[in-house]
Amino acid sequence: MPDAAGLDLIAEQLAAVDGDCLIGHSFERGRAELQIDPAKNIQVLQWLSDRGYSFLASLHGVDYYPHEPRLGVVYELLDMHEVDRISVKARVSVESPDIASVVSLWPGGNADEREVYDMFGVVFVGHPDLRRILMPEDYEGFPQRRDFPVGGEPVLFTYNEQGYGEDR
Amino acid sequence: MSTVSDYRKREESVTYSTEPAGPGETHELLTINFGPVHPSTHGVLRLYATLEGEIVRDVQPVIGYLHTGIEKTAEDKSYWKAIPVVERMDYLSYYFNAMAFCGAVEELLVLEVPKRAQYLRVIHLELDRLMSHMVWIGTFALDLGAMSPIFYCFRQRELLLDLFEMSSGQRMHTRYFQVGGVAEDIPQGFKQKVQQYLDQAPAVFDQLADLLENNEIALQRLRGTGVIDEQTALSLGVTGPLLRATGNPWDLRKAAPYSSYEDFDFKIPVGTVGDNYDRFRVRHAELYESLKIIQQALDGLPEGPYIADDRKVVLPPRHELATSMEALIHHFKLVTEGFRVPAGESYYPIESPRGELGCFVRADGSAKPARVHMRDPSFHNLQALAPMVRGGYIADFIATLAALDPIIGGVDR
Repeated sequence: MPDAAGLDLIAEQLAAVDGDCLIGHSFERGRAELQIDPAKNIQVLQWLSDRGYSFLASLHGVDYYPHEPRLGVVYELLDMHEVDRISVKARVSVESPDIASVVSLWPGGNADEREVYDMFGVVFVGHPDLRRILMPEDYEGFPQRRDFPVGGEPVLFTYNEQGYGEDR
Repeated sequence: MSTVSDYRKREESVTYSTEPAGPGETHELLTINFGPVHPSTHGVLRLYATLEGEIVRDVQPVIGYLHTGIEKTAEDKSYWKAIPVVERMDYLSYYFNAMAFCGAVEELLVLEVPKRAQYLRVIHLELDRLMSHMVWIGTFALDLGAMSPIFYCFRQRELLLDLFEMSSGQRMHTRYFQVGGVAEDIPQGFKQKVQQYLDQAPAVFDQLADLLENNEIALQRLRGTGVIDEQTALSLGVTGPLLRATGNPWDLRKAAPYSSYEDFDFKIPVGTVGDNYDRFRVRHAELYESLKIIQQALDGLPEGPYIADDRKVVLPPRHELATSMEALIHHFKLVTEGFRVPAGESYYPIESPRGELGCFVRADGSAKPARVHMRDPSFHNLQALAPMVRGGYIADFIATLAALDPIIGGVDR
């Protein structure tokens, strides 16, 4: 992790490149985090990638219910030469959960973005194949959201499959 | 039309038809379904493979058959009760899952883990790495058609599971790691048992290498198959032995030491070509390095507490409950509600047998995590399967899938 001063420096340089892309930055308990405008995620990630944070270690979703905007997409970037990590967080609302896909930057983000779409309903614009990945294709709802209830999932057996086949 | 029948209709729309490989070509492309229940998929993994004769043109993994919603379940449990569920994700590296989760929570609590607990963790992590690699070498050889290594490997694994049983009472999913340290000190005689294991292990590992490395058939099937270069591996998020086989010496134990790994002297084996042979060599060489780490940790095991002394987080010692009212209150609070973690987020990466295993925990100030996410190495490594097998023979595809070492419990979580 860059230290607090290092993070301030990165934020300052980033603000000099594009003043609107950065919403804030925080350094807490050893975790350096940049909060960015979701509309400009590609520019920020490209800039960080060019600075050395070129390995996308993880991409995951978070639901900040009841705070708005609810959904967060977190990019954990890693600089393998300096052995340094930085997190980039973009937050989108449930009403317009659109954010640009990073598959063009990191092909490995493909499965992660599908998982975030599957679990939180964040739509990654420009993703080559945005389908559910872990849940069944016809599943309704986004199970990792905080207002999604736990339990009560009906189990699909042959006997309770209604309306399938000619004899039903 | 109900959603179920809609789903069945779409299932029916999947055709395994043949089509010409290209304009003017007489060869045909054939799409076959592989899995989800097939012995060499190492779990319930489904693959659509597009073949041109014996040559694999494309592979598409379809995952989710083992999705159990562990991340969602963990949100409904207090922190210390979430440890057993996260352990069950990658079912061969349960100590690693627990370590990543505990580490993330300890980072949020700013909790110092005592030195003895760190060493005990290292001993168990490396024993688990040996166990995982033993299963891997056995099943990998089995997929190549070599029947005997799995018997030697599983005999070794049994010895390791006996050690786990001795220290924690469980053979698998031990829940030995606790937030703040380990659940219990090692029993009397444990060190001698581990020493006995360490003394006999190198001979067995040598024997395994002899079985495969002096075998012309195995060599021909491993050399030059499933090659992937370093840059492609990095862009796909591949870590662990697969990345090291391409020549990149990235290992979090060395690069960003956690849990006192900086105290130990060990090497990072790397490959040169990035083929299946290198993957086997890297994992096999790691076995000896793990033995070295365990030996050093065992010899240098410091005296002292095995768990942190923070009574707000750690259960009080059993004997205090009969005499101290305060200890009883703490015990009651911890067992009923659990401890509260101040709001914040943390990402704690460790080197699992398959690569970077990171645990993301978001705390909202209550006694339950608001989000638990595991960055599982198998999930990311599986994406590298298609670039590895494209253009190769279908027999090598099976060998490459085995060399990838995907644990479907970790892929689907």
